[in-house]
Amino acid sequence: MDKVKIGTCWLDGCSGCHMSLLDIDEGIVAVLKKADIVFGPLVDAQEWPEGVDVAVIEGAVSSQDDLKLAQTARARSKYVIALGDCAVTGNVPSMRNGIPTRKLLERIYIEGATATPGVPTDGVPGLLKQAGPLHEAIAVDLHVPGCPPKANAILMVLSELLEGRKPDLGSKLRFG
Amino acid sequence: MTETVKVRIDGEVIAATPGQSILEVARANNKYIPALCYMEGLSSVGACRLCMVEVSGVARLVPACTTPVQEGQAVATSSPQLESYRKIALELLFTERNHVCSVCVSSGHCELQTLAQEHGITHARYSYNFPRLTVDTTHPRYVLDHNRCVLCSRCVRACAEIEGAHVWDMAGRGIGSRLVSELQRPWGEATSCTSCGKCVQACPTGAMAEKGWGVEEMTKQRAVVTRLTSMRGGL
Repeated sequence: MDKVKIGTCWLDGCSGCHMSLLDIDEGIVAVLKKADIVFGPLVDAQEWPEGVDVAVIEGAVSSQDDLKLAQTARARSKYVIALGDCAVTGNVPSMRNGIPTRKLLERIYIEGATATPGVPTDGVPGLLKQAGPLHEAIAVDLHVPGCPPKANAILMVLSELLEGRKPDLGSKLRFG
Repeated sequence: MTETVKVRIDGEVIAATPGQSILEVARANNKYIPALCYMEGLSSVGACRLCMVEVSGVARLVPACTTPVQEGQAVATSSPQLESYRKIALELLFTERNHVCSVCVSSGHCELQTLAQEHGITHARYSYNFPRLTVDTTHPRYVLDHNRCVLCSRCVRACAEIEGAHVWDMAGRGIGSRLVSELQRPWGEATSCTSCGKCVQACPTGAMAEKGWGVEEMTKQRAVVTRLTSMRGGL
């Protein structure tokens, strides 16, 4: 049987959820016996490949690049997991949502700058009006909240999916 | 002999005192009904709608905290419909303001967070409102963060009914409702505030907290409010 293909990415987040994913320690061995990680910060692929079985997405949808990557991941993956509070609720990135983006950027890059004030435009994606949860941008199959979700919750979710079962977070469910 | 009424809660016949609410009788008999705005020792206002129950013969759902028991009443504390409505109420609370658990002093000790977990809420099905709200840090010892307020009014009642100061009130209507101290005066300038902190201890979330605590560090002594009422013969 072919191995299950897992893709991971982080949008507007701190990478803490990926750290928690790495915190499953030797659990990763059992996961990798049945699955390959084909895209993500942990591997080399440059583009989200076709035919991914499970997409694990960390972070809020905050910029045009975030939105594009989320849409690509959705289109090319069978099952999408929103991993962590940023992907589930918007969390810390969404704390900017009450402030218009132009004002926000000017406050930081012009008023707050001591040298070369100016809002950067080269090589950085445009900010969306608001940073929002993943499910407001694309369809999400499973939400795993937590900041970050505990390693044992992530391991349980991946193990259940690899066994062909729908994970039930139960007592492992926790925001924050 | 004290007069009693007999009610049936989830099938079990229970003798209660007239005037007791369904919620009080249920909790005294180890039957769990979720609630957020209810606090033992304070008056009940039926604000959060989490304690809604089914009463046979009554077409609509009723809040258990403000509905007195009646002879022969048959109450169901849970059902698929009630569970669905409770989840809706909780998800609406999460989307109405900015409840960012990961940076909250009360994370891990928050009644709203606990209720979400108990009800298996993994995400909110409604769009987030993301309002821009203020944080009042003018009081020397306490802080009020409107982002985390669920408008339960436990602070209003603790201050008015137990401390007797009535610093707090609700201003505005509907989604524009805001907790205010002394007719919109900043908390630190409220001359009627005795700085007793009962409002802080009564608050179910991190909306009111003592200054100086970091994320997850603020634990509330909620029993204080109930104990004071009890000591004064109010329970």
